[in-house]
Amino acid sequence: MKLKLKLPNPGLEDRIPSHQQLEKMEEEEAGDRPKWDSKTQYMLTCIGFCVGLGNVWRFPYLCQTHGGGAFMIPFLILLVLEGIPLLHMEFAIGQRLRKGSVGVWTSIHPYLTGVGIASMLVSFLVGVYYNTIMAWVMWYFFNSFQSPLPWTHCPINDNRTGLVSECERSSPVDYFWYRETLNTSTEIGDSGGLQWWMVLCLVCSWIVLYVCCVRGIETTGKAVYVTSTLPYVVLTIFLIRGLTLKGSVSGIKYLFTPDVNELMNPSTWMDAGTQVFYSFSLAFGGLISFSSYNSVHNNCEQDAVIISLVNGFTSVFSATVIYSIIGFRATEKFDDCSGRNILALMNAFDLPEDNVTQSNYEDVLRSLNNTSPEIIQGLNLKTCNLDTFLSEGVEGTGLAFIVFTEAITKMPVSPLWAILFFIMLFCLGLSTMFGNVEGVVVPLQDLDILPKNWPKEALTGLACLVSFMLALIFVLGSGNYWLALFDSFAGSIPLLVIAFCEMVAVVYLYGIDRFNDDIEFMIGHKPNIFWQVTWRVISPLIMLVIFIFYLVTKVSEELTYLVWDPSSENFPILDNAYYPSWIYVIIFILAGVPSLAVPVVALFKFIYNRCCRKPDRYDHETLSTVSAKVQMSEMQVKS
Amino acid sequence: MSARLLFALCLALTWTSVLMQDLCTEGASDGYKVRLSIKTALGDHAYEWNESEMFLFKANLAYAMRRHFNMQTYNVSNIIVCDETPRVSFWFVVANPADTSQLIPGGEVEEAVRKSRNRINNAFLLTDQTLQFLGIAPTLATTVIPNTPPWLIAFIVVICVVSAGILALLVSTFMKKIRKEKGVLEEEKLENVYENGIPRDGPEGKAGSLNGGFMEDERHTQL
Repeated sequence: MKLKLKLPNPGLEDRIPSHQQLEKMEEEEAGDRPKWDSKTQYMLTCIGFCVGLGNVWRFPYLCQTHGGGAFMIPFLILLVLEGIPLLHMEFAIGQRLRKGSVGVWTSIHPYLTGVGIASMLVSFLVGVYYNTIMAWVMWYFFNSFQSPLPWTHCPINDNRTGLVSECERSSPVDYFWYRETLNTSTEIGDSGGLQWWMVLCLVCSWIVLYVCCVRGIETTGKAVYVTSTLPYVVLTIFLIRGLTLKGSVSGIKYLFTPDVNELMNPSTWMDAGTQVFYSFSLAFGGLISFSSYNSVHNNCEQDAVIISLVNGFTSVFSATVIYSIIGFRATEKFDDCSGRNILALMNAFDLPEDNVTQSNYEDVLRSLNNTSPEIIQGLNLKTCNLDTFLSEGVEGTGLAFIVFTEAITKMPVSPLWAILFFIMLFCLGLSTMFGNVEGVVVPLQDLDILPKNWPKEALTGLACLVSFMLALIFVLGSGNYWLALFDSFAGSIPLLVIAFCEMVAVVYLYGIDRFNDDIEFMIGHKPNIFWQVTWRVISPLIMLVIFIFYLVTKVSEELTYLVWDPSSENFPILDNAYYPSWIYVIIFILAGVPSLAVPVVALFKFIYNRCCRKPDRYDHETLSTVSAKVQMSEMQVKS
Repeated sequence: MSARLLFALCLALTWTSVLMQDLCTEGASDGYKVRLSIKTALGDHAYEWNESEMFLFKANLAYAMRRHFNMQTYNVSNIIVCDETPRVSFWFVVANPADTSQLIPGGEVEEAVRKSRNRINNAFLLTDQTLQFLGIAPTLATTVIPNTPPWLIAFIVVICVVSAGILALLVSTFMKKIRKEKGVLEEEKLENVYENGIPRDGPEGKAGSLNGGFMEDERHTQL
């Protein structure tokens, strides 16, 4: 079925290698382009890039708040309709055109360089704040080599009369996170100065990343054997450990209990869509780069399906593990709470121990309330509800550094579990960072703005150095607030824009018919009706709907953020504060600049063509990228 | 006569004990309430609270007083206990051994208990939270602050490993570059054989052009 709607695209044939050229390159193994050592390396790298911190700390939260087991339905539907087609498309286009993101989009049409540049900018901005989270993980990892763990007890105050007040009013884990780790200020405008211990950890995380990425996939290919497999090992260990703890099953039951009414709620579907999209690390340009190092006849369709399924499975698996531990923590807190109530009753009425237990607590309380209500009033008994404790399962850094660390302190041999947990988080994040670095360095090479004789090590080093300097913002006193800002705006809207442009470019500018022929050439059969329907209609539509919904929600909601303010009256509950007015400039830079790069670069090239260059009907616009030059010159020598 | 004396003695004894009991009241200003949570602390290994345990407690307290005042005069009989409840809580006061109608002031008792708190706790296999002296705050355990924070040690170890990794990689890059240059030189020398498209025949090569592959042979075999 030939598509009637196709935008004119002159000169496309000259910009891309033809099928014969690809065959020749394949046979003679020509070109200076790096190659994967084995298929396993490629799969592990892609899985590592897709599976990240979001699978561990965003998906379980979404699952639990949007109706537990019922959330699987929108998640799986959108995985199939949105995730897999987009993934297959990125793999196929990278494998076919054999370039990084800038190279691929420029080949399709010179005006589309902006899409590649936008991908590069987003990869850069996300990489900067993502590695700061790695620095936080490293800090906790370094602090796990002591017993008892430093976030178990509150420290004693200076004059040795009691515990530090801020810690006493909140909790040891909160105090360790907000004061001893972040040393957070009370608002985003108050910078609070650089926190030297966090600077050290940041240096460490960037150096580790540099060592792993220094020669591109040559080094990351070796590193992924550890960073992509270790998280699964640790998750399995935690699952076994979790299931043997008291109360874990109640956590898992709470997670998966379906609430079918949530399916009627549009925000459930939107959250499922955004989770699928961000979880697949699409539109960063890293996946296109990775698949361009494959051989031409690699079965990218199979890869896309396998990686999508692995990603989905990992989300569900890690949700189970996380909630088994949260169930344990909730049960411990519930036991503590009712224990305290029982003790208060026993002490007030001098009842012998064992007279009041959890089972007869209610009856005893009622009978005592009838006889002496004033004493009961004076005791200030709190109601203990297991469900309240279970629903305290937060997301993001709160889950990893507050809730989970608290659960770990209650397990025997806590330092071991802490070390395992933070190694797992570090590996998850590091393998995602590999993709980000790839998405920054390869476009830099393709764009030709740096001298050609610079080795790849120097380019990677420069990218890491510049990112590190920018990341110093996140180790100020207000760093946590800046990171939340970056997370909300840099890593969200531009990606949706880029993904939509990608789909339109491939289907309508490159031509879905040509794309189908390419895939037939590469893997041996034409993509079936499922791919046709999703690529042409369903996936772009879903992207558009999500984008509009997202934009509307973000614009209509008030711009507030949560602050940790010991002097506020709601303390220890985080306060909702308003952003200062100059934040809007920052938000525009974060979300607007990458998104606007697409039309601005197109416009710039259009004007440049019209006014400065002689209008040429067959404007070849040969790419002067490293990979293009080398391919052509090699073939001239051999032939 | 002796019966009368005996009767008077008995009366006196009971009268003093009643008097002493009067000294111990709930809420006495020089007394303290003690609360034990044996089952919470020891679970299945909990012991029964009985007269013998009470005797042990009195003995411990007498020991604490002896230790604090450095006097050997305190005895179990100087510790007066009252208001026992099934919770296992009771009040106690300490009488002056020199004058049993006088009580030791509460401050002194507190000091004495504080000094020997650890010994008293251990005698009962309990802790500060499970053997409570209401009104006497438990001394907070001094946290050991090591000179180098432990996290710094882990950090230095990781940095050393990573730096070694960087050095190894840079050195291997350097070695590769040197080997490549050597290899390129060899290749250039080999290519000279095929200069101008005419292949050279003969192992000795054309006189005047160096053939790196056969240089060694030329030196030794003069053909």
